[in-house]
Amino acid sequence: MLKVMSEKELTQKSVEYRKKILKYIYQAKAGHTGGSLSCIDILNVLYNYTMHVDADHFDSPDRDRYIQSKGHTVEALYVVLASRGFFPESDLDTLCKYQSHYIGHPTRKVHGVEQNTGALGHGLSLSVGTAIAGKLDKRDYRVFTVLGDGELPEGSNWEAALSAAHYKLDNLCAILDKNTLQISGPTSAVCNTDPVDEKFEAFGWAVRNVDGHDMGALMAAFDALPFEKGKPSLIIAHTVKGKGVSYMENQLKWHHGVPDPKQYADAIQELDLLEETLS
Amino acid sequence: MQEILDATIENIAVSQRANLEVFSGTLQHLAQTDRDIIVVTSDSRGSGKLVPFGQKFPEQIIEVGIAEQNLVGVSAGLASAGKKVFAVSPACFLTARALEQIKNDVAYSNNPVKLIGISAGVSYGALGSTHHSLHDFAVLRTINNIIVVAPADNFETEQAILLAAESNIPVYIRFGKKQMPLLSEDEKTFGFGKGRIVREGSDITIIGTGETVAPALLAAEKLEREYNVSAAVVSMHTIKPLDYDLLQNIAAAGQPVLTVEEHSIYGGLGEACASFLIQHNFHNRFKIMGIPDEYTVTGSQTEIFNHYGISEGGIAAAALGLVR
Repeated sequence: MLKVMSEKELTQKSVEYRKKILKYIYQAKAGHTGGSLSCIDILNVLYNYTMHVDADHFDSPDRDRYIQSKGHTVEALYVVLASRGFFPESDLDTLCKYQSHYIGHPTRKVHGVEQNTGALGHGLSLSVGTAIAGKLDKRDYRVFTVLGDGELPEGSNWEAALSAAHYKLDNLCAILDKNTLQISGPTSAVCNTDPVDEKFEAFGWAVRNVDGHDMGALMAAFDALPFEKGKPSLIIAHTVKGKGVSYMENQLKWHHGVPDPKQYADAIQELDLLEETLS
Repeated sequence: MQEILDATIENIAVSQRANLEVFSGTLQHLAQTDRDIIVVTSDSRGSGKLVPFGQKFPEQIIEVGIAEQNLVGVSAGLASAGKKVFAVSPACFLTARALEQIKNDVAYSNNPVKLIGISAGVSYGALGSTHHSLHDFAVLRTINNIIVVAPADNFETEQAILLAAESNIPVYIRFGKKQMPLLSEDEKTFGFGKGRIVREGSDITIIGTGETVAPALLAAEKLEREYNVSAAVVSMHTIKPLDYDLLQNIAAAGQPVLTVEEHSIYGGLGEACASFLIQHNFHNRFKIMGIPDEYTVTGSQTEIFNHYGISEGGIAAAALGLVR
């Protein structure tokens, strides 16, 4: 069963996760570094505090579901699932290697992954269907999905947003990893989706803004679900792409940049120092 | 000529219904005893003949509005939670607009949704190419982990729906809205990937699929009656997986093979058969009939069929060209 972590433990865990994300991307020479570092705190709180799901009962019909719509930041999901015992962490030595199941986007061949994602704009519809099934079956499970702000222009998101409100899916919570950068530049410059909170509210959602790197704020937001009975919930997590490694933060090239040996050593050193201050 | 063809089809269609009607009736039958049967529609309750279903089982029908991508994504989510989901939408929109959802959310993720393409092929004839689905076999054949079915008659439709309901891999079933004749009363076995010989014959084999099997059968009777040519007719209701055993037997007899489909001549039943034959060193005379690669003529489904020779006379003429 889930051992619920404290805010302090979660904060420490996030540093550990960041180091592992960097380790496996560095080893594989591939990965989505910036986005994995921006969403890792959200996944940390989901898997170590909020969701009722565990490796030994992953087939339980009552488990909470997590569907990662921004599939490319799969390294964040892999390190969290490994730490929760879904598979041995050493499996990640095969990340992106020939014939490995640990590919650059979530697949169900990896224990703990609910849906194969990676093409953008799919997670919310999948989550809506899963949440409707929960209502039909009168089960208490909740469905969580992490969206990227870069994928919001996909029209399917808005189709799904309409139906989530139409079916009053208060068992559905979307978390927007709003790191404000996408591969071509600032999200506001590529295709502005702001004010995104007002848009979702107008669609019939209950919305909260939080600092996506503040464990206490994330915990409080998840504790408050559903924000309104009869409405789907959106948590807009304001995040920093590349969070935790100073030279990566808010730098476009780290969308899928891979550190060289010196950069890797510098990043780990910075995180080691942070770890010491937290212990 | 066209009136004669229509009259002939009507004659053998006595008391038969549109495959669409059989589909909706079968679903109602299933839902009576199975609460997990769920229909998801994109404003296609009426065109899918699902109004009675919705009245009887209001909790088992989910409407997403005109939003096909969401239709398929939501259906995949429902299926992942154990529901037996029939996603119903016109074949043209379902397989083009929502293709990525079919590819990823249904097939790749193995969420065993039953995708129902209504008013398929040129059923919406006069509405034009926006509403035709002449691409669906081709695109779905290239996607791993999906069964592609075009039932020819009421029997095949009912069987396909019953099998699909229990299938643990995704299935796509497409049909039109025209009354269909019963093709063979004595043949009572049906399985995905198992073509049905609906008429025996020794001079040529005509392989049809979906609503082209009926005119193929008429053509075979005409060939016998007027030209003393004995034509076998096969309903190759499953485009994928194709019945290679049956194809092998047909080809091994050495007679010509004629394929007929309500689909582009590119990428469908005909090319699937041709690919198998040539890679297995069969050199039977061979021809593909279907909708050519051109700006498609408009008119009713029957008029379009006649225009492109997918008719008693047209298929018979093509067959004669192969046997002589």
